[in-house]
Amino acid sequence: MKLFEYEAKSIAQNLGINTPKGAVASTSEEARDIHKRIGGEAVIKAQVLVAGRGKAGGIKFASKPDETRDRASEILSMTIKGEKVKKVLIEQRATAKKELFASIVLDRANRCQTVLASDQGGIDIEDVARQTPEKVLRHRLDPVFGMRSYDARLIALKLGYQGIQQSTFSDFLSNLYRLSVIYDAELVESNPVIEMQDGRFVAADLRVIVDDNSLFRHPEFQERSREISGEVTALESKARDNGLAFVELDGDIGIIGNGAGLVMATLDLVKQYGGKPANFCDVGGGANAEHVATALQIIQGAEKVRAVFVNILAGITRCDEVAKGIVDVKKVMGLKKPLVIRMVGTNQEEGRRILQAAGLTAMDKMDEAARIAVSKVAA
Amino acid sequence: MGKQTRAIVQGITGNQGSFHTRLMLDYGTKIVGGVTPGKGGTASVGVPVFDTVASALEKTDANASIIFVPAPFAKEAGMEAIDAGLSPVVIITEMIPARDSMILIEYARTRGATIIGPNTPGIITAGEAKLGIMPGDVFKPGKVGLASRSGTLTYEIAASLTHNGIGQSTCLGIGGDPFTGLNFVEVLKLFRDDPGTDTVVLIGEIGGSAEEDAATYIRDSKYPKRVAAYIAGRAAPPGKRMGHAGAIITGTEGTADAKMKSLREAGVLVAEVPSELPRLLLQQVSPLQ
Repeated sequence: MKLFEYEAKSIAQNLGINTPKGAVASTSEEARDIHKRIGGEAVIKAQVLVAGRGKAGGIKFASKPDETRDRASEILSMTIKGEKVKKVLIEQRATAKKELFASIVLDRANRCQTVLASDQGGIDIEDVARQTPEKVLRHRLDPVFGMRSYDARLIALKLGYQGIQQSTFSDFLSNLYRLSVIYDAELVESNPVIEMQDGRFVAADLRVIVDDNSLFRHPEFQERSREISGEVTALESKARDNGLAFVELDGDIGIIGNGAGLVMATLDLVKQYGGKPANFCDVGGGANAEHVATALQIIQGAEKVRAVFVNILAGITRCDEVAKGIVDVKKVMGLKKPLVIRMVGTNQEEGRRILQAAGLTAMDKMDEAARIAVSKVAA
Repeated sequence: MGKQTRAIVQGITGNQGSFHTRLMLDYGTKIVGGVTPGKGGTASVGVPVFDTVASALEKTDANASIIFVPAPFAKEAGMEAIDAGLSPVVIITEMIPARDSMILIEYARTRGATIIGPNTPGIITAGEAKLGIMPGDVFKPGKVGLASRSGTLTYEIAASLTHNGIGQSTCLGIGGDPFTGLNFVEVLKLFRDDPGTDTVVLIGEIGGSAEEDAATYIRDSKYPKRVAAYIAGRAAPPGKRMGHAGAIITGTEGTADAKMKSLREAGVLVAEVPSELPRLLLQQVSPLQ
């Protein structure tokens, strides 16, 4: 779960991490008042979860409170990559002596957390890593003991800091690390970290992604995690509320399967045969009739879907339950789109008998079924 | 893993735990005990239940564990099994916080235990024993070792191998999470040293670099056994998690095409669709035969 910048900064402040003076606003009047209060020159930043807000015009500057009100009003009416801007963060613009980059990520390949740091901050770090990989420092942390003071000091030293600045930057890094532990963060990233004229380090931007699987430890985020944001479409939100693993895609063949790997392989097959999947939908292991019925209802109800392909390899899942779910939908609301079913595995015979009684058939081979599903929309 | 494996089931009294204990016993697996805190002294599907792993070890000669306990308690359940000297520890539980898995995996590494999973269908030695939730009947004894990041897709591919007369030695899911106890490279090393395996099939998916790392290892070590692979997720868009916590393309990293390319360049037989795997294996006879 991604946190908004203002949320990330609020928890950072509580951990002693410096952030620019400022506050979040939902209206342009509030934005103006905040600028009055903080003084100086202001930066107005759209609070969205999608990346690339700067390029989309979601970050503006203003020297007077009235100007801030106008810029905030512009940004608050924007939709950035499908996400409506609901809040803006008004902050005092900092004058930097230097801009750095610092992040702490979960490093899958090395099974630990790794610190990435660079003195080339403020720009796209992936570009820096590609063009001048030597400018990005990588430092692995012990999976159990994490960041010790000498880890932080070594990173500061490698970035060229000595004396008091070495200690100040190590403290800044240690606090970012503490944030990652306390909030089970997959990612904590500040770009840029601003080194001020007075020597302080300030997180001018801050991204935090909380591990979804740890939300049971963070009740403060549970409600927010269910809100619809630009990252989740209305269809995805509906499906996920019903317990389905669901991703909307831009094609016209609805897909339902059990198991993430099998569903991914199903999408690949449909594409291989020249079709375009409309979604990824995993009903999960041990799905019952109700799960399957819900998935089918949601998918056939989507306007863009022109055919539905159900691909079930039953292990813990049972074919008779899957068949019941499909037949229920047929009885209650009717099958609204051409349906191709491939269903094999546990209780296969019973499942097929249920389908047959309702005038439906299931196929054996997933290749053949995918080909037929594609042909349903090609006509 | 096989006839010598004697396992305990942690979380044996839960729905999943008791259901799959029955199926594992039916398959011929030696399940010598179960653990559920507070239920010691009772029995579940005919298996004695203990309060802790240590107390189970006083009464049984278990040497492995399979874990079904809910995610918030999985890390300590794993540590408990490791402290009792059990290995492998198969963790079926899904949705464990990544930080918990990271710490548990390091705990196992420093104590010489092997973790399979988390978020895995488990491990099966065809015709002998299974510690997992896979349907036993799709597997048939043979010489193909199979490792996968997914569950049902593994059954799909195992079934099609079996259907084409290609049997398996050991099949395991390494797990669908970002952090797993075994990665493909480590599994390849285990299969290299297993005389019962002459061919390895890897079933990968988008996200991370486990497949690329496997390709590098196969090429650099001049891997002595035949390797084939299928990678799921060519149709997946970047930035979206495809069901598994680990199945996400970030930036330009982790795409299926990149993984297929590196595996091909390492001499691996790469299938475009799952059904092509048995064809590839039948066309090219194993170098060891």
